[in-house]
Amino acid sequence: MMVINLLGLLLIALIVWWFWLYRESAAEMDVGEITIEVQDGIYAPAHIRIPAGQPAKLNFLRKDPSPCASVVVFKDFDISEELPLNKTRQVELPPMKPGHYPFTCQMQMYRGEVIVE
Amino acid sequence: MTAEHQHAQGAPCHHGDSTEPPTVVPQQVLMIEGAGCASCVGKIESALNRVPGVQEASMNFAERTVTVSGEVSSDDLVRAVEQAGYGARAAAQESSAELLDEKEEADRQYYKRLLREMSIALGLGIPLMIYGLAIGEMTVTTTTERVVWALVGLATLAVMLLAGRHFYVGAWKSLRNHSANMDTLIALGTGTAWLYSMVVVMVPDVVPLMARHVYFEATAMIIGLINLGLALEVRARGRTSEAIKRLIGLQARTARVLRDGQEVDIPIEQVQQGDQVRVRPGEKIPVDGVVSDGHSLVDESMLTGEPMPVEKSVDDEIVGGTLNKSGSLLFKATRVGKDTALARIISMVKRAQNSKPPIGRLADVISGYFVPAIMIIAVASALIWLNFGPEPTIAFAVVSATTVLIIACPCALGLATPMSVMVGVGKAAEAGVLIRNGQALQTASKITAMILDKTGTITEGTPKVTEVIPFEDMDEAEVMKLAATLEQGSEHPLAQAIVESARERDIKPGYVDDFNAIAGHGVEGRVEGRSLLFGNEKLMRDREIALDEHLEQAQKMAAQARTPMYLAADGRLLALIAVADPIKEDSVAAIRRLQKDGIRVVMLTGDNRDTAKAVAEQVGIDEFFAEVLPEDKSGKVAELQQQGEIVGMTGDGINDAPALALADVGFAIGTGTDVAIESADVTLMRGSLHGLADAIAVSRATLKNIRQNLFGAFIYNAAGVPVAAGLLYPFFGILLSPVIAGAAMAFSSLTVVTNANRLRLFKPQEH
Repeated sequence: MMVINLLGLLLIALIVWWFWLYRESAAEMDVGEITIEVQDGIYAPAHIRIPAGQPAKLNFLRKDPSPCASVVVFKDFDISEELPLNKTRQVELPPMKPGHYPFTCQMQMYRGEVIVE
Repeated sequence: MTAEHQHAQGAPCHHGDSTEPPTVVPQQVLMIEGAGCASCVGKIESALNRVPGVQEASMNFAERTVTVSGEVSSDDLVRAVEQAGYGARAAAQESSAELLDEKEEADRQYYKRLLREMSIALGLGIPLMIYGLAIGEMTVTTTTERVVWALVGLATLAVMLLAGRHFYVGAWKSLRNHSANMDTLIALGTGTAWLYSMVVVMVPDVVPLMARHVYFEATAMIIGLINLGLALEVRARGRTSEAIKRLIGLQARTARVLRDGQEVDIPIEQVQQGDQVRVRPGEKIPVDGVVSDGHSLVDESMLTGEPMPVEKSVDDEIVGGTLNKSGSLLFKATRVGKDTALARIISMVKRAQNSKPPIGRLADVISGYFVPAIMIIAVASALIWLNFGPEPTIAFAVVSATTVLIIACPCALGLATPMSVMVGVGKAAEAGVLIRNGQALQTASKITAMILDKTGTITEGTPKVTEVIPFEDMDEAEVMKLAATLEQGSEHPLAQAIVESARERDIKPGYVDDFNAIAGHGVEGRVEGRSLLFGNEKLMRDREIALDEHLEQAQKMAAQARTPMYLAADGRLLALIAVADPIKEDSVAAIRRLQKDGIRVVMLTGDNRDTAKAVAEQVGIDEFFAEVLPEDKSGKVAELQQQGEIVGMTGDGINDAPALALADVGFAIGTGTDVAIESADVTLMRGSLHGLADAIAVSRATLKNIRQNLFGAFIYNAAGVPVAAGLLYPFFGILLSPVIAGAAMAFSSLTVVTNANRLRLFKPQEH
């Protein structure tokens, strides 16, 4: 029983670490533009590194038919863009100060972030 | 939030829909057909680059489109692609209608797929459940049972792969991505149930005898029910965008354009600025333009809500999407594609529909942590059952963990706000009210004080002659003729009212000699040999004209917000003419609606106290600010804000821009379709103040709907998760079955969408 309890607690610790504490490496953006695929409940890549003070173009290509995937929201910029299925849709971000700017679906289940450095 | 963060929020931002500066090279998009391989890209691009005038052609292979920049006709481009061996058609701008069709088609496909998957899963789940209910416990004891259940287990695995694949793939991908969503919960829940059941079947010895129970029916039922819920949700979501569908439906699909002297029908996307377009009676006007020939009545009600058709003749502006009623019109296209008023309205409504009011923020924060938290609760609940639960502890632990994972519904929480905003903003647009974003919607619902600019908002904004009183042996027409003759050269708004009134009475002004405008007083001149004076009381007194017997009459006019003007000839008073800015006929009713809603209504005007008081009394407003200089208007907004009011300001959007900007919500009142739709928080497309009351009513109804949704979603999760974990078991012996949890979860988000859809039925009360 002791072992099972320990395993359970370990599992909880693992969940906390994996979902909340872990910081994933981010994709670098090439020449001010990057394509992000929306598929199977995620944005790929989900973490994008952008130099500060530069505008950025994010091309979203949605392959996920779920209506959840149909809108991408950048709440810091008051941007919400409808994404047509199997088509790229460009979102232009203004030059930004360093910081983390999340982008999500309307329900916050699909999550990504722009990391400005 | 950090300072930088806030700065970034306030920074101006533009994306896809914003208009480009006019200096950019024109771009057009071609749809390419027959390009099967990536190597076609180079061929097509170089074929296009050889066309004179093309600066750059770049192909998007995934979309099968080419974007061409340069001054070049689309016909030349299509020909070049055809010569290279492919098909092409101009898609100058992808129309909203096309996008909508595609979206609906995609939704339909997805809906069908979900239903198919549901049938597969329920096809196995329902018989299993009926068997379980009829026979009792689904336990595994004998070898025969083991074999049968192993087969059922494999069938369930097939169902999971065929009907639930998207949950598992989604869960796995997001797990690798360090994120978790609804898929994660469903995959873990159904996976746990299946895995435990398979262990019972394959290696029963590791499980105590009492706990040798299988849950294959739960796995199949949950997958089926959640697919059903998703399918119904896709359906219901389709209905939330009805309003935008109606707006898009207003766009004509083709236009009849003059090309080389011939009238040809072309797709609306190909209409160019400057084209001459023909519209026959009964047809929709395809794009915005200026009439160059013809005369007709145009029904603009779909955009402005104004029921009366508007007369249009040469040089009048017409707007795409409105309906040509009576005559044939030829017009020059001035705005096409995404620049037309209708396209801008559609894009603004869409953007607003997708934006979030602050009320949804808490839900967003919660849903960010939701799924991992539920996973932790599931593990913790299993541990508690294992340590403190009754026998068979392992079975109870598995059931409670599965049920917790399945019942939790992050979707209901996440959907609560956006669905209602979608419907509410659309509903407002149908009433001719354009709401800029979710923030404006939420603040509008909380307004406690409303400042109304008088001129143009409460009143028509164009003064009219209301009374003509001749004193000598003259009739009204003769008086008006003299007055109009004198005033025809003057720019003053009161003078224009006189001239306009004469025109309406079919009176042609005569000739005037020795015309002289006396600033602040009036005008003088000689007409038909008589020396005429026309102006205010001061002018008459300066020229020693006897007024005394008519003074009382004039003062009465002034007290009713009419401006008296005197006409005198050769030293004798001839007539009194009253000019007033008439109050819009429904202002009184609309103001009463606002007051009934508990809003403190305040009038603001640059006019003198007497006029202000008279107008305020007529429309039933107790409070007014008179003699306010244009630059002081925003000061009055600030004054009310300092009193703790949440202030709405309604004005014409141009002169009142600073006050509109300072107010908590600025309402720009439009006249007709010529709306500056980017300028204010809320734009009222028709002139009536009922639009204002509608805007408040819709925003309040939407916020109420959002609160219901959020409350429902919070309560559902807050109550559902503990019950699923078995909180009620020690007291009442109640433990939910995973199947019930699956049904509850599937229908919780559907309930949210359905409740939001209820808003579609909302009707603002006009009286």
